Amino acid sequence: MSDGKQVTRRTLLMKIGIAMNAVVGIAIATPVIGYLFSPVKRKGAYNQWISLGSLNQFPEGQTRLAEFINPFKRAQDGDTAKTPCWVRRLSGNKFQVFAINCAHLGCPVRWFPQSELFMCPCHGGVYYANGDRASGPPERGLFQYDYKVVGGELHINAGQMPTLANEAMARKEKLVCLG
Amino acid sequence: MSRLKQIYGWFERRLQLEGPIKEAALHPVPRSTASWWYVFGSAAMTLLMLQIVTGILLAIIYVPSGSEAWKTLDQLNHQLYLGWFLRAMHGWGSNFMVAVVLIHMAQVFMFGAYKFPRELTWVLGVFLLLMTLGMAFTGQVLRFDQDAYWGLGIGASIMSRVPFIGGPLVHLLLGGPIIAGATLSRFFALHVFVIPGLMLLFTGLHVWMVLKLGINEWPMPGRIVRRETYIQEYNELAHRDGVPFVPDALWKDLFFSAGILAAVAVCAVLFGPYGPGGQPDPTIIQTAPKPDFFFLWLFAVLSYLPPQLETPFVLIAPAVGILVLLALPFVAGVGEKSWHRRPVAVLVLVTVAVSWGVFTHLGVHTPWSPVMDAWSGDPIPQKLVHRETPLERQGAVVFQAKQCRNCHSIGGLGGQRGPALDDVATRLTEDQLIRQVLQGGGNMPAYGKNLSPPEVNALVRFLETLKPANQPAAVDASQQAQVQSEK
Repeated sequence: MSDGKQVTRRTLLMKIGIAMNAVVGIAIATPVIGYLFSPVKRKGAYNQWISLGSLNQFPEGQTRLAEFINPFKRAQDGDTAKTPCWVRRLSGNKFQVFAINCAHLGCPVRWFPQSELFMCPCHGGVYYANGDRASGPPERGLFQYDYKVVGGELHINAGQMPTLANEAMARKEKLVCLG
Repeated sequence: MSRLKQIYGWFERRLQLEGPIKEAALHPVPRSTASWWYVFGSAAMTLLMLQIVTGILLAIIYVPSGSEAWKTLDQLNHQLYLGWFLRAMHGWGSNFMVAVVLIHMAQVFMFGAYKFPRELTWVLGVFLLLMTLGMAFTGQVLRFDQDAYWGLGIGASIMSRVPFIGGPLVHLLLGGPIIAGATLSRFFALHVFVIPGLMLLFTGLHVWMVLKLGINEWPMPGRIVRRETYIQEYNELAHRDGVPFVPDALWKDLFFSAGILAAVAVCAVLFGPYGPGGQPDPTIIQTAPKPDFFFLWLFAVLSYLPPQLETPFVLIAPAVGILVLLALPFVAGVGEKSWHRRPVAVLVLVTVAVSWGVFTHLGVHTPWSPVMDAWSGDPIPQKLVHRETPLERQGAVVFQAKQCRNCHSIGGLGGQRGPALDDVATRLTEDQLIRQVLQGGGNMPAYGKNLSPPEVNALVRFLETLKPANQPAAVDASQQAQVQSEK
């Protein structure tokens, strides 16, 4: 073959061969993208109503640590299937259920009943008893779960790690009036 | 002997590797490059090999499962012969590797070795640095303990700040809605298959280019890099004043690599393996998560950013930093190589190194974190209270019981989040103390709702005693005027 640009039968066959591999490859690989992206679900798709147990565990006017098993649990999860949260019982059936994760970078906040503050060990975020930001780097208060009382038990709507992109609470009824 | 030669000849006739290997080994390099400054790249490669070998040996035992990983690490540490040593070698090997890669990069930067025609070598090197850091982070996750668990939480929280796709990114990172078994499995795949595979490929190309383009000559002030003439000048230099790479330059690489390996082993034996720390049980919240050494600076930066700057900084700064590194050889690809003529480069390197050191130091001491058990663990020094009135002593009790100590130190013990209070009475008057306690502010929570008036009274009385004996208490403007009018 003297001229490189000339299309011979063999170069044509080679190009068809490359094209066939590309077509078959794409046909096989495209659905696999779905496999890779399978953890991504719509907002709330991971959530379920989960019982935190009897109301009697939560004395009025106090904040207690509770835990639940994540509804989306796999066999290999071990202890990591458990999630803790802070339950504050204001009175009767009025509650606030706070995520354990600091709104800054997700570290576990600790409740100090004496000073009625939540403190974060990582970067020093501090929150008041009602979850409002008190000081430190967080740009908002603690994340709160929706709750309801069913048959003497406290249920929360949970299932995924609360972050600034998934703020745990679906209903925005808790907006404090400004001014 | 001739029998050995026969065997060698049999293989050589089939493999035909002798030619290319001899060519690579004996190619001339400028005499000036046979220097102790040029040993870090080969040392990084030696450490990569060490990490691969020790990694494979650990993988024989390790189970990447949320419920089993911690137990298998515990077995390695305590039950298997030399399991602890292999974990320690792998952990210390990773520390040394990050350090050596950074030193290698700093040296290449200082020597102008990224300039024409070695731009692509530098670019691949930047990716190799990113992969080395990626290995350090994913490796920390595989040590599936409390720090790993909450470290993933920090990673997910940072991801969630990406606009629009933050939520899906968190799910992709975690492999589901929460940090759990699926998260560990995907970090295992990254740490063991994806990143090492890419690293080997990139390292191969990196070394290939070093062989093909030649080792950077020692930079001399006034010897300017020009695209038109550089390659000819380099080849002349390498042939006129050159030495064969093997053995003239290689022996130093070999000495240094052996030294580094020995240093890793000594650290492994002396300091032992890293963790694992507490079991990855998220309901055990008595923990203060901290990243490994090489990410402490980032941990420190994240605590000092004002809230409104955090998201832009976290998302934009790394991308800008990487782009600057990648753009460097294309922006400054010609010209002077010598640091004597590149003051900006020297200043940049010194600034980066000092900032890194300062932030790492802060990350070790975390002055921004409340000391969670200071209120119950660190007593008020006796000499402060033994002459106090009952009310002032009651104030000291309030001070401890309300966790003030977690953020404020007295006598050097306690948190450093807020100012130390040893001499607070010289800085704030009674009125200012009351206002500060009740209303907070300046990064302190308001205690108005949590303290009764008698508690505030006692606390402020106690705080007013906190001053060195020979210094006057703080007074406000009206008090000062009164004092002066009385004179």
